[in-house]
Amino acid sequence: MKRLLLAAALLASTAVAATAADRMVTDEMTKAECAACHIAYPPRLLPAANWEAVMAGLQDHFGEVASLDDASVAHIRDYLVANAGKDDPTAVDAEGKPLLRISERRWFVGEHKGEVSEASLKKAGTWANCVACHKGAEKGQFDDD
Amino acid sequence: MKHARAIAMAIGLAAAAFTGAASAGPGQDAIIAAWADKAKAADPAFSGFDAAAGKAFFFAKHTGGGAETPSCTSCHTDNIKKSGQTRAGKAIDPMAVSVQADRYTDLAKVEKWIGRNCNSVLGRDCTAKEAGDVISWLASQ
Repeated sequence: MKRLLLAAALLASTAVAATAADRMVTDEMTKAECAACHIAYPPRLLPAANWEAVMAGLQDHFGEVASLDDASVAHIRDYLVANAGKDDPTAVDAEGKPLLRISERRWFVGEHKGEVSEASLKKAGTWANCVACHKGAEKGQFDDD
Repeated sequence: MKHARAIAMAIGLAAAAFTGAASAGPGQDAIIAAWADKAKAADPAFSGFDAAAGKAFFFAKHTGGGAETPSCTSCHTDNIKKSGQTRAGKAIDPMAVSVQADRYTDLAKVEKWIGRNCNSVLGRDCTAKEAGDVISWLASQ
C-alpha cells in the first residue's frame, strides 16, 4: 500500500512538475508584445478561459490601455490558450468571472505567503514584477526562492 | 544631377521649416511627416508642429485617464534621457533620440504607443497635432 502511494505520488509529481523549459514563452509575437510592459508570463500559469478573458479586455488591462490590432490579439490569444494551464474552477473572482491576475490564484498566494516581506513587495512595486526576486523569470525560472 | 540635389535640398529645408524643430535623422523625419499628413487631414489650417507645445504637453498633468497615469512622466519620468518604468516594473528605454537612436523610426510602433498611452493618460485619443507636437519635441532631444 505504501509503495503504491509512493508510486502514485511520484506519478503525480512528474505529471504536475513544470520545468523552466515548460514555462518558456516560445512565441515571438507573444514575447515581444507582452514583454514590452512586464515579463511575458508563462501561459501555463492561467487556464484557457482566463487567458481568453485577459485577451478580450486589453482596452482596460489593469488600468492600462494595451490595445492591439485584431490579428495580433488573435495570434497571441491562440498561443496562450493552446499552452494554457489546466482548467481550474477555483480560478474565478467573487462574481464567478475568470481571474485575470495570476497573483490572485490560490497556489500563487500560497507559494508567496510568509516568503515575501512587505519591504520586498514594496521594492518590487507589484506582484507583477516577478524579476524583482526571480532573476531568471524571463527564462521560466521561478524555483530560486 | 545638380538640379536634383537642389530639389532635394529645397525639400529638406521645407520639411525642416514645416516641423519647426531640429530633426534627429531621416527616420524621425519620415515619422513626423506622416503625422503632419494626419494633422492636415484633421485640420486644413494646420501649419506645423510646435515642439515647445509638445514639451508642455508631455510634462502636463492631464485628467480623464487612469488614476495612476495622469502624465507622460508617470512612466517616462521627468528626465527623457533616462530610462522610465512601466507600472509593472519593467524598464522603458529613454525617450530622447540623443540617447536612444532608434526612437521614432517605426511608424507602426509609434502609432501603437501613442494610441495606447494617450488613452491611458487622457482617456481619449490624442489629436494628430498633440501627438505630432510631442514627437517633434522628443525627436529633437
